[in-house]
Amino acid sequence: MTVVIVLGCVGALLLTSAAALAAAGAKAATALVYTACLAASAVIAAAALSGLVADAASSEITLPLGLPWIGAHFRADALASFFLTVTGLGGAVTSLYAVGYGSHETAPHRVLPVYPAFLAAMNLVVLADDAFTFLLCWEFMSLTSWALVMAHHREPGNARAGFIYLMMASFGTLALLLGFGLLAGPQGGYEFAAVRAARHPEAALILALALAGAGSKAGLVPLHVWLPLAHPAAPSHVSALMSGVMTKVAVYGFIRIVFDLLGAPGWWSGMVVLAFAAATALLGVLHALMQHDLKRLLAYHTVENIGIIFIGLGLALAFRADGMPGAAALALAAALIHVLNHSLFKSLLFFGAGAVLTETGERNMEHLGGLIHRMPLASLAFLVGCVAISALPPLNGFVSEWLTFQAILLSPAVPQWGLKILIPAVGAVLALSAALAAACFVKAFGVTFLGRPRSAAPAKAGEADGFSLAAMFTLAGLCVLAGILPGFVIDALAPVTRDLVAGRMPLQHVLPWLTIVPISESRSSYDGLLVFVFIGISALISATAIHRLASRAVRRAPAWDCGYPDPSALTQYTAGSFAQPIRRVFGTVAFRAREHIAMPPPGEAVAAVLRVELHDPLWETLYTPLGELVAAAADRLNAFQFLTIRRYLSIVFTLLVLLLLVLAIWL
Amino acid sequence: MAVIRDPAIQALQMAVVVLLAPALTGLVRKVKARLLRRRGAPIVQPYRDLLRLLRKEAVLAENASWLFRAAPYLIFAATWVAAALVPTFATGLLFSWSADLIVIIALLGSARFFLALAGMDVGTSFGGIGSSREVMIASLAEPAMLMIVFTLALIAGSTQLSTIAAFMGSPAVGLRVSLGLALIALVIVALAENARIPVDNPATHLELTMVHEAMVLEYSGRHLALIEFAAALKLLLYVSLIACLFLPWGLAPAGDGPAAMAIGIVSYVAKLALGGVMLAVFETTIAKMRVFRVPQFLGAALMLGLLAVLLRFVSTSL
Repeated sequence: MTVVIVLGCVGALLLTSAAALAAAGAKAATALVYTACLAASAVIAAAALSGLVADAASSEITLPLGLPWIGAHFRADALASFFLTVTGLGGAVTSLYAVGYGSHETAPHRVLPVYPAFLAAMNLVVLADDAFTFLLCWEFMSLTSWALVMAHHREPGNARAGFIYLMMASFGTLALLLGFGLLAGPQGGYEFAAVRAARHPEAALILALALAGAGSKAGLVPLHVWLPLAHPAAPSHVSALMSGVMTKVAVYGFIRIVFDLLGAPGWWSGMVVLAFAAATALLGVLHALMQHDLKRLLAYHTVENIGIIFIGLGLALAFRADGMPGAAALALAAALIHVLNHSLFKSLLFFGAGAVLTETGERNMEHLGGLIHRMPLASLAFLVGCVAISALPPLNGFVSEWLTFQAILLSPAVPQWGLKILIPAVGAVLALSAALAAACFVKAFGVTFLGRPRSAAPAKAGEADGFSLAAMFTLAGLCVLAGILPGFVIDALAPVTRDLVAGRMPLQHVLPWLTIVPISESRSSYDGLLVFVFIGISALISATAIHRLASRAVRRAPAWDCGYPDPSALTQYTAGSFAQPIRRVFGTVAFRAREHIAMPPPGEAVAAVLRVELHDPLWETLYTPLGELVAAAADRLNAFQFLTIRRYLSIVFTLLVLLLLVLAIWL
Repeated sequence: MAVIRDPAIQALQMAVVVLLAPALTGLVRKVKARLLRRRGAPIVQPYRDLLRLLRKEAVLAENASWLFRAAPYLIFAATWVAAALVPTFATGLLFSWSADLIVIIALLGSARFFLALAGMDVGTSFGGIGSSREVMIASLAEPAMLMIVFTLALIAGSTQLSTIAAFMGSPAVGLRVSLGLALIALVIVALAENARIPVDNPATHLELTMVHEAMVLEYSGRHLALIEFAAALKLLLYVSLIACLFLPWGLAPAGDGPAAMAIGIVSYVAKLALGGVMLAVFETTIAKMRVFRVPQFLGAALMLGLLAVLLRFVSTSL
């Protein structure tokens, strides 16, 4: 049932796309297209969620499309239903936001026709049930998102971002193509059911290819380089969709291949995934701390959160291989809840960044400030997102990190020494990146919304429009709800963990006070609802008591600032100065950060200049040499372009003979 | 019986932490003053200060936002909830299952998040310097604290503070290397989290050396009172935590009668006094560090914590 409804909605999205192509110039097109996308995505989310909660049997359908002797297989099982809920919800809220935000679009004809197709592609990837359909939809998703990244192609940097994205996307699809080839084996059973039934002796190679293919789309280090360039370049609602939803589709691809199709790889698979995940989490957040561009900061945070999700997945792989289904279910549930949570708060934060961008025209935090006075509602929603992503109780980001920590605490029971040494280190990295994320969002919120305006633009900004605010507060409300009632989310995930790791967490919603208990009551429990209520009551008691019994008088006066208040807003702490202590502590090692101060000689009235030098280790050690290698090879091969016809013929002839020889020896 | 007793113990605990917190701060100041051969203010002085501040009008900077006014209440509430869940005189707290040790640490993190934001709200350079240094210190102290929690959780087989405290009081604990490492790391983290010497100086008003004081520079009146109160509560929380984990003697077990409660309260006050005196002695014998030596100091705590966890992974008896 689910699969038919979702395919119907996808068809509606594709029709919307075609209609938008015809009528993109019309004035009402923006509102109409986004409303249609909102409706279709909402239906997808509702159908998938009801299927997941009711634990409906998986539904499948084969359409006579694609390769003639295969057809296109689609199937919605529990895992797909969960991810369809995420894509549907993200698509619906983003479309609601875009009804308001899209009216500021300067080039609607570049965005409107592609946006519904992008939504359709993401849902199709999750539905696909054979390798051909999966790859086709995956590539469709890459190309539509690339077209959206290139919507404002004349802005500086965007063309480069689009080019790098296209390169990395092709690389990822190539890796997946080879991976599916290995999975299908020499018989070529491309249907997932056939792949599942077969044995896979090349598990290590397939895991590596899945990590490269899905990881490059999700933003796993070292394949993340395109992400912080491409996500901010797109219009903000598309950034939200790419960061909040498309990276989750990539996570889905990884789970589908490694947990479902590959069978049961050994414990080493968990170790490989954990190592990459920990590096991703730490490097992502450190990069984010160094950014002054609000949208790029958020994009780097996506890299960090992908790392956290993959830590959960790596733990689940290790536990499953060691025959600990309960622990594997906990780790997998933690990763999946983080998938949902991240899609909520990252979309919310990108909406906020988009609202700031439309109102001020600025993405650079060094030119912002004081927006809490000009955009009170938008800043409140953004604050909720900041608290949630910083993993602070009682909001939702904390729940998934807490569950991940609980999974880590179960790991002394694994027998392998490699895992025993690696997992505590991964736990330390996770704790470090959570603390650094909080620091980063103090910076992001504090510099952008608090303090005094650093330029003219934020001083005359206005509140965001009603649609944008409605979308932001929907997500903020969901962040709070998922934080105080996580038990329902865990229960809804039970069919997924049962299918993939043959285990489940204890039933949660029957527990008193809606507590969550990952393993047993005596071991650990957390009650977001009670913590939320306790904080509320304590704050209320103290506020009432103080206002009633002591004083409620308030006087406004100039800032004290130790007696030396400076009227210029430029003396405030900037994003760069805020990050300076952390840059000195971590950046000197990670980015070889150096500060250069050019002081004018005494007596000269020239401004002193402070320049910060940062190196991206991956660009310098991996991508730049690779690019140079390709350029050098191209230069060499260039000689072949200017040969005479006789030369060409002799080369072709020699090659033909060589190939025939190889063939003769081979057979 | 339990229906009345358990909420009563929980309520008593909430009252005890609030009532004793300023006294602990006063004791530390008094002992420090005596060690420096000063008379020092009486131990009850922090209570007087708080009452005086509460009665005064709050002076707000002209561009202070709603966040600046709401933050003190949130900070106080989060710290109070965290402090109410650490066993002080009895282990069987009614709501101990609603938040384990990781949640308690994270609640303090929430309080710090809002305090750091409030420091940036007015848009002065002192607030910014305080916030940026605070989050730098926290970015190392928090993971170190979590490593300590991991060590304890792996030894006791639980992250529930009540269970850990009960386990630490039982003979099953024994002498362990990892516990020793965790204790050293916990003391370092407690010093940093409470802005004590050698990380920060709670008595200073010299601008460039201060972290906590710089963040709250713009606060006055009842808002300042709440923030000072929250700081005192946090100090009490850390002393209680060290006491209930490493000196669990005298702690009344769940379901005991009034006699055990009385012993529990007396021994708790004694432990607090001991902790306060030791802190004062430590602070008078050591100099404050430069701010960029702090990462090495806290990095040591992080490494000790990680080492303790690794030892637990390697062998269950270490």
